[in-house]
Amino acid sequence: MAKVEQKIVPLNGDTAVAYAVKQCDVDVVAAYPITPQTIIVEKFSEYVADGEVDTAFVCVESEHTAMTCCITASATGARTFTATASAGLALMHEMLGVASGCRTPVVMSVVNRALSAPINIHCDHSDAMCERDIGWLQLYAENSQEAYDSIIQAFRIAENLDVMLPTMVGLDGFVLSHTLENVSVLPDEAVRKFVGTRQVPMVMNHEGKLVPFKLDSENPLTIGPLDLYDYYFEHKRQQEESMHKALDVIKKVHDEYAKQSGRSYGNGLVEAYRLDDAEIAAICIGSTAGTVKTVVDELRENGVKAGLLRIRAFRPLPVEDIVSNLSGKKAVAVMDRACSFGGNGGPLFHEIRHAVYDLPDRPKLVNYIYGLGGRDTPPYLIDGIYKELQKIAETGEIEKTVQFIGLRE
Amino acid sequence: MSTQPKSWKEIPLGGACWISSTEYKTGDWRSYKPVWNTEKCTRCIFCHIYCPEGAIKHDPETNKMVFDYGFCKGCGICANECPADAIEMVLEGKE
Repeated sequence: MAKVEQKIVPLNGDTAVAYAVKQCDVDVVAAYPITPQTIIVEKFSEYVADGEVDTAFVCVESEHTAMTCCITASATGARTFTATASAGLALMHEMLGVASGCRTPVVMSVVNRALSAPINIHCDHSDAMCERDIGWLQLYAENSQEAYDSIIQAFRIAENLDVMLPTMVGLDGFVLSHTLENVSVLPDEAVRKFVGTRQVPMVMNHEGKLVPFKLDSENPLTIGPLDLYDYYFEHKRQQEESMHKALDVIKKVHDEYAKQSGRSYGNGLVEAYRLDDAEIAAICIGSTAGTVKTVVDELRENGVKAGLLRIRAFRPLPVEDIVSNLSGKKAVAVMDRACSFGGNGGPLFHEIRHAVYDLPDRPKLVNYIYGLGGRDTPPYLIDGIYKELQKIAETGEIEKTVQFIGLRE
Repeated sequence: MSTQPKSWKEIPLGGACWISSTEYKTGDWRSYKPVWNTEKCTRCIFCHIYCPEGAIKHDPETNKMVFDYGFCKGCGICANECPADAIEMVLEGKE
């Protein structure tokens, strides 16, 4: 597939997501329109009102209901989308597990913002990290361009018959969601062709008949009822299997999209930046990667062998890619924009440490909690991380495993 | 379950049912059993209306209330609602 001609549109993260959803031929969008909602659904509701899409837009009374509505719509075979952030995601928690358990491939953008209390509306990853184990795929964008691209890819990934799992695309609150950026957009036709029509697998129903996996009065089917100890465990094992298969699907969809758009993000799962010959490296998720890249460039100019590994897919966790990229590094700093209180480090740190445990030459690992509640993380702080990594690489000694940066001590 | 338990590789995804719920008997959840008193009963069929499981029916041929103990979970709503006090909840095994 050849690269298609694109136009550049000034969009912020929110409007970039709305624009992508507009192009993806979505059947149902259900959303709660008030705080902590972002402009994503407001913009999309304008597309609906202006007749630019034929999506059914359901304005509901809470995020819990928004997700319920998306699950049921998706269970009929409809392509479904919603957006949320922060406390809205937390309120959805119960239904997120229903979405993954019922294998409804809902796509949702999550503008990553802090959780109360004290009240805060700014960026960190606490909201989505709380949903780590709920059975959703999690992709995180570095910039608004990637948020646009990832939403389009997310429909293909979630709806893939080997996956059939809901997928959230994270974009950093305000840093991306409310900041204007030049975004290259594909023509509507190209996106429609890329996402295609949603397919559903065939399953055996209670009458012993092979029917499409969807709620359809012509072919009655019950999805997700009482399971107990009889089959619940088996169903959960299936989810784990599909998560594993999603690793390949994410890569393939990413590669196919890259051919048309000319844009790629590492291998779709992780993005290694100047990492090949690096001796020290930072690992992070989201928009901070942009700042880290600038710092890496400066360090490289001064002869410091620094690199970055950005995690694009947090669920499923690309363990093999993490291992191969970190093998041989001397010291690695994992940057967490969330805190697992009492857990000795942030969630990403736990995952990375677990991933490299079997490496015979595993690097020295440290953890930095940063940017909670939107606290700025300027280049000098990241430079400080690399300085400490250099020291660890030289001495082999770690003074403190878990630290907070940008915090007043 | 009337069939051999299947492995996770054999079952449909998302908890889609390949067996009718009528084959999944839930009566063994019961610890108290409703016992019907034909003398006291006025056949008002309140018990049939109130039963959340649809486990009580009136048989017009015999004019009897029929309890489906394969699905009665022993909630006791029928006994509570019966205006004629014609249903007694009896501990399983003591009837």
